[in-house]
Amino acid sequence: MLMMPEPDAGTMARRETIVADLRALLGADAVIAEEERRRAYECDALAAYRQLPLVVVLPEDTAEVAAVLRYCHENRIRIVPRGGGTSLSGGSLPLADGVLVAMGRFNRILGIDYDNRLAVVQPGVTNLGITKAVEEQGFYYAPDPSSQIACSIGGNVAENSGGVHCLKYGLTANNLLGIEMVLIDGTVIRLGGAHLDADGYDLMGVITGSEGLLGIITEVTVRILPQPATARALLMGFPSVEAGGNCVGAIIAAGIIPAGIEMMDHPAILAAEDFVRAGYPTDAESLLIVELDGPEGEVAELTKRVYDIARGLGATTLRASESEEERLRFWAGRKAAFPAVGAIGPDYICMDGTIPRGRLAEVLRRTSELAGKHRLRVANVFHAGDGNLHPLILFDANAPGELERAEAFGADILRLCVEVGGVLTGEHGVGVEKRDLMGEQFTEADLAQQQALKCAFDPEGLLNPGKVFPTLHRCAELGRIVVRGGVLPFPDLPRF
Amino acid sequence: MSDEQLPSIIPRDETELVQVLGYCQERRRGLAVLGRGSKAGWGRPLKVYANLMLNAFAGLRFYEPEELVLSAGAATPMRELQALLDQKGQMFAFEPPDLGPVWGHDGENGTIGGAIACNLAGPRRFKAGAARDHILGIRAMSGGGVLYKGGGRVMKNVTGFDLPKLLCGSHGTLSVLTEVTVKVLPRPETERTLLLAGLGAREAVRLLTQALNGPDEPSGAAHLPAGLAPMFDFLVADTLAPANGRSATLLRIEGAPASVSWRIDSLRRRLPDFAAAEVLEAEPSRALWAAIRDVSPFVRRPAAPLWRVSLAPSAGGAAALAIARALPCHWFLDWAGGLLWVQVAGEAVAAGAVAGADAGAAADGGAGVVRAAVAAAGGGHATLLRAPEAIRRAVPVFEPQPEGLAALTRRVKEQFDPNRILNPGRMYAGV
Ligand SMILES: Cc1cc2nc3c(=O)[nH]c(=O)nc-3n(C[C@H](O)[C@H](O)[C@H](O)COP(=O)(O)OP(=O)(O)OC[C@H]3O[C@@H](n4cnc5c(N)ncnc54)[C@H](O)[C@@H]3O)c2cc1C
Ligand SMILES: Cc1cc2nc3c(=O)[nH]c(=O)nc-3n(C[C@H](O)[C@H](O)[C@H](O)COP(=O)(O)OP(=O)(O)OC[C@H]3O[C@@H](n4cnc5c(N)ncnc54)[C@H](O)[C@@H]3O)c2cc1C
Repeated sequence: MLMMPEPDAGTMARRETIVADLRALLGADAVIAEEERRRAYECDALAAYRQLPLVVVLPEDTAEVAAVLRYCHENRIRIVPRGGGTSLSGGSLPLADGVLVAMGRFNRILGIDYDNRLAVVQPGVTNLGITKAVEEQGFYYAPDPSSQIACSIGGNVAENSGGVHCLKYGLTANNLLGIEMVLIDGTVIRLGGAHLDADGYDLMGVITGSEGLLGIITEVTVRILPQPATARALLMGFPSVEAGGNCVGAIIAAGIIPAGIEMMDHPAILAAEDFVRAGYPTDAESLLIVELDGPEGEVAELTKRVYDIARGLGATTLRASESEEERLRFWAGRKAAFPAVGAIGPDYICMDGTIPRGRLAEVLRRTSELAGKHRLRVANVFHAGDGNLHPLILFDANAPGELERAEAFGADILRLCVEVGGVLTGEHGVGVEKRDLMGEQFTEADLAQQQALKCAFDPEGLLNPGKVFPTLHRCAELGRIVVRGGVLPFPDLPRF
Repeated sequence: MSDEQLPSIIPRDETELVQVLGYCQERRRGLAVLGRGSKAGWGRPLKVYANLMLNAFAGLRFYEPEELVLSAGAATPMRELQALLDQKGQMFAFEPPDLGPVWGHDGENGTIGGAIACNLAGPRRFKAGAARDHILGIRAMSGGGVLYKGGGRVMKNVTGFDLPKLLCGSHGTLSVLTEVTVKVLPRPETERTLLLAGLGAREAVRLLTQALNGPDEPSGAAHLPAGLAPMFDFLVADTLAPANGRSATLLRIEGAPASVSWRIDSLRRRLPDFAAAEVLEAEPSRALWAAIRDVSPFVRRPAAPLWRVSLAPSAGGAAALAIARALPCHWFLDWAGGLLWVQVAGEAVAAGAVAGADAGAAADGGAGVVRAAVAAAGGGHATLLRAPEAIRRAVPVFEPQPEGLAALTRRVKEQFDPNRILNPGRMYAGV
């Protein structure tokens, strides 16, 4: 069972006062104290874990966020930031003694600067909202998580979210130009801006993906890109998972970096085809969706080259989208893969390991062995170009013991990812879900150094505690647990 | 400063490195962290006890072209890695400059660790990012003596804090890198450059902006004002001849040969100004962009202050003109206006060499003028990449930070290097 930090009895006892104080700070309509309304915030998309927050606040500008954080800091109250609540790792899971800071009212686009190819937005704007705001002018925002209708850009920054176009266009981190963030003591800092590289330490780089542990993001400047002249999606079916995996490696080895390469295995193909009728070949053991973009001639040329590679590896289906409508339909199946699998589940959990691409076939084979061992079904979708796996483990939450088995299976898959040189999470974050597995990938010293950074931002550990780190050491203790070199007196510097 | 008088400490492996840092930490003795010292003139002058030479941490760990990943000891010469990538038709897409000659050092002498520690980027920056966008993993030792790893070797990784990014651009002040793992990419088969002569800076930036705002994916966009062409000509003979003494506005297109042609055609259809442009073929194009990348026109005067100014691209033209009005200098623009290089005339700096207002404006190496231009451009930062030591002592080398951010920077330093033994004060006083 997941252990969260022990609620602070003093804070729990002061709940009424805290609510009243927050109302005085923000106005009554920005503070949610009633149980039935707090209920709406009790979980994110990792719905197996639920917790009513102490109180929910809905600030609407930076000054209000600063006021809330300053207040919580002075009164030693824990804080959980929340964007769209679509985290798959429990990043925005509330704490019983924590103020949930919901960023939904930060929903405005503040400015679009086409000359500098950027948009300045509030963190509660949805990922898709940015593209919608600039598409008429022929631009888009490149990272496109499947949750893009619902997830917020602030959440994307906090998770360093990806999407199907990361292979060529990068993750959130590579498409950010600036942020404004409120630190735990209410200090407001601004990093980056319209210029391309921020100065000083790359704090923006390390805040990206920090899962709400370092501060609350109140403004985001993203890079927008002109739409490519043409984009085409290819559907390629293969008689085995190995052949599909090899095809991915062969395309990249040929020097081609498609806009995206996605892969689905047989169970995922069936589920998606059932769900959206995208026209996927249901007889294939693996399916690749390869998107090529650029000038029309180039896309045609690359299509030929990719087809040749695929044929050489025994592809049984080769189809290219002939219209924008068809391209979107090819993608619709992939983008709906999670709900599609959910529909046959009845429940599922989505894993998110990344592996060196060359180990794909091996990892899939061993995953299906593990499925046997845990007596559960699994469907696989991946961002194959970057080796990012999403095994979807099917289970029935109402069957006693199945959730635990599914979680044990998931943990085994992630251990396998680390064993072959990969990592626990490629884009969904550690949250509470993978927190206790961090020791599989990192040594005590690795984690101590990460926590040292946390201490520079939030020495009392008030921001989103219980997430990411299995044990949060007190900052004062950290120095003592590290491996000290100085214990061996350096034999007076011999090689001067 | 790689002061030749200073003792050098040369740990042979990580165990010895732990001992050295432990020793220096206990006695609070500062170290200058050196890859090869090729950028040693960059930053505030150091007052340290010894040079920490990292030569031992060299050598390829692995290179897997199909996986687009390369891992090497931090002190591995860039030259060796580049040669390896060449053989497989790949590259570091961030187009790392060879900046050694800027400080009068030999070229081709840098290490991969230095490239990461300085977070440099070349002309492809606006399309492909900087070193920070390509780092995947590190092994490092903090000033506090913790040997740790961060990141990994895979393309996507959000497991814990992204410490590798934090170390990019930390100039050796937080940790000593011993090993780095970097993403690599296929090298474009060929390239061509469109050259338009005679545009003013503002007009040039406007046109480059239009070029970038379409679907043709240029990968280089620079503007060289009229006075600068001769400085390039001796470097890349006659490449700029078509400009015939006028300014040159340059747009680079890379890719497969057919694709390069399509993109150029499409550009010309979309933006009639480019119909008149000269086309530089692959060879001269490469030489030209290498010179732009390495700031080659400004390597011949090691005493002349050199500024690297990062600002909103659309503001680049106006900022350049404002600086040139107030300061005797040479300049050029890269990144479609987003990167402005300014070399302050050396003579103007030598006290009293130039009379009147110019001498005043240049006495601080141009800091007042340059930083005012950044502020007027709506923000960004100016780094004094090169200047005589006296000037680097007198003016902030890196853009001064607002207090909240400066305090956070100090706290980060404190957590990584509590006794401030690694490059103390290189970036900011007390950091
Ligand atoms: C169906 C489905 C598909 C998905 N597909 C993808 C995918 O393709 N790629 C991908 O990368 N992810 C995907 N996700 C995961 C999820 O959508 C992303 O992690 C997303 O970025 C979370 O954004 P959010 O606004 O919902 O954040 P939340 O879930 O509200 O919060 C996520 C984390 O961010 C923190 N946070 C939120 N806002 C702020 C802020 N303003 N300041 C500081 N911290 C903040 C929270 O504390 C929490 O730790 C998917 C999720 C679902 C449910
Ligand atoms: C083909 C080629 C490509 C090149 N590519 C690049 C490039 O991408 N980027 C680039 O900057 N230079 C590049 N150079 C060389 C560049 O001009 C510099 O000469 C070189 O990078 C500086 O490296 P250095 O190891 O000499 O750094 P130094 O001058 O020794 O150090 C530069 C800074 O980095 C810090 N530093 C160096 N090594 C470490 C370490 N292991 N751990 C922590 N801090 C460290 C130093 O303390 C200092 O602050 C290239 C040169 C060639 C020939």
